[in-house]
Amino acid sequence: MSATTVESAPAQARPAPVAAPRRRLPFSPWHLLLMPLSLLFALPLVWLVLSSVMTNAEINRFPPALWPSGIDLGGYRYVLGNAMFPRWFANSLIVSAVAVASNLVFGALGGYAFARMRFAGSRVLMVAMLATMAIPFQLTMIPTFLIMKRLGLIDTLGALIIPSLVTPFAVFLLRQFFLSLPRELEEAAWIDGCSRLRVLYLIVLPLSRPALSTVAVLTFLTTWNDLTWPLIAINHDTQYTLQLGLTTFQGQHHTQWAAVMAGNVITVLPVLLAFLFAQKAFIQSITSSGLKG
Amino acid sequence: MSSLPAPLTLSDHDRRQRTLRRRRRRETATAWAYILPAVLVVLGLSVVPFVWSLLLSFRADDLVTPSRWVGVDNYDALTQDPHFSQAVRNTLLYTGLYVPLSMALGLFLALVLNRRIKLVGLYRTLIFVPFVISATAQGVLFSFILDPEFGAANSVLHALGIGRQGFLTDPGQALAVLVAISVWSGTGFCVVIYLAALQDVPPSLLEAARLDGAGRWQLLRHVVMPTLTPVSLFLVLWQTINALQVFDLVYVTTKGGPLGSTTVIVYFIWEQAFKNFTAGYGAAAAYVLALALLVIGVASRLVRGRKPAGAVLAEGGAK
Repeated sequence: MSATTVESAPAQARPAPVAAPRRRLPFSPWHLLLMPLSLLFALPLVWLVLSSVMTNAEINRFPPALWPSGIDLGGYRYVLGNAMFPRWFANSLIVSAVAVASNLVFGALGGYAFARMRFAGSRVLMVAMLATMAIPFQLTMIPTFLIMKRLGLIDTLGALIIPSLVTPFAVFLLRQFFLSLPRELEEAAWIDGCSRLRVLYLIVLPLSRPALSTVAVLTFLTTWNDLTWPLIAINHDTQYTLQLGLTTFQGQHHTQWAAVMAGNVITVLPVLLAFLFAQKAFIQSITSSGLKG
Repeated sequence: MSSLPAPLTLSDHDRRQRTLRRRRRRETATAWAYILPAVLVVLGLSVVPFVWSLLLSFRADDLVTPSRWVGVDNYDALTQDPHFSQAVRNTLLYTGLYVPLSMALGLFLALVLNRRIKLVGLYRTLIFVPFVISATAQGVLFSFILDPEFGAANSVLHALGIGRQGFLTDPGQALAVLVAISVWSGTGFCVVIYLAALQDVPPSLLEAARLDGAGRWQLLRHVVMPTLTPVSLFLVLWQTINALQVFDLVYVTTKGGPLGSTTVIVYFIWEQAFKNFTAGYGAAAAYVLALALLVIGVASRLVRGRKPAGAVLAEGGAK
């Protein structure tokens, strides 16, 4: 979805050339608008990185320094050594990785069953599952907490993993994609005695990379970034995710801003790196899911 | 399927069809095995809690001791609770500001970005990046930037000769500041959605209008904007639903304060259920919110004149 391939934008319709040739800028005048605007969007994040390498003395004077005098890694040393950021990082990674993997596996299985297999109750079940997508999380969070408590999972990563094992969204996104694939290949393999599972694994999934990456990207983003559910399900700091750890850490280290910002960088870095390396997949996933949702 | 009279000789095609049919019949068990994990999670953590929440909203429950039935008392109390009505007002104000601002800015930036100039990809990336940052990280970052004493914002204002602002600590400013943070992070989403939609504006239509002598503004108003209407409707719905559910950012930055000026509905629900341990009361508030979301969803379907969600999904997926 690169905007450069777009057919002539409306504003490019120029009136006929005027008599007196105006002096033209060596670049499009739109840069004068876009450059400062886009920098304004980036500025808070630049400031985040800058302040994470400042000393607390630089930050805590008024007016505070706007540019670090040198690179001071004290904040990073503190959060990696004294605080539990490495532990929280690992927790977040485990929860997100399991959620991504299981959404891909169970989403593909469920999506394939709905797309290609005829079985009793499939229509009713599909409509029922679609309907549950309209239930907001705030409605289910209190009973979900009670269920997790009864299962003895509160304060464990299990409480975070189980609700995100598979979402109806993943099932339906993959179902729609599978439906768009030609059937002939699959049926031929199937008649030749290939099991459904082998057909799915060997023929369907290799063709479904765009849809699978959409599921992976969106699952990773939502589980990594979630705060509400960890806040409810986790009390003990050894089980915190990064988001929960970061906000708690900020509450406890109110004036150690350099350390807080170092922790913040660590929290956003994986998402940021993933986004920068797979920008196309990210934007495509978000656009397609948005337009389909 | 109507059964045809059996032919005397089986052609290759017929044999294949019969094999297919026979194998299909044995499939129900396999299919159920495939969807079972999804069904279990959805049933256990969506359908059961949905019903449980409703029952809970008719009870007084502190999440520890056995609850007791109180009928519609929780709902009654909600209508008289000034904190709840304040939360509703705050949420509506937040939504009413955030949705139009993010969409207008998003549309404007998309129109500007939708042209062939250098660096356009970089601009788009910079504008979109805040969207992938978690609300927690945003909240912590802006608590720092907007810190009345140590923040860079006041430092810049100081340099400009403007006095120190309270920002998130000022009851008169806090909600507006939250809107601004959300616009910063949420506009990128509107931009990419609008940019994708702008690519679907038929070039032939633009060309025809241009030949008919339409100027820039007329092209925008009469050709581009009408083709964007469905996407705009979708964005209104999407942004509104998300705005009504705002929580993380509020929790991280203001915890509903100062003086309740940023207590939104979900914060109210969370506070009732997990801080005050009045789960039944929280569940009742959650049902009020869910009902509002449902009404908005149904209304938008009526406006769009579309079929149920499944059909919309199917249409999108068929592309």
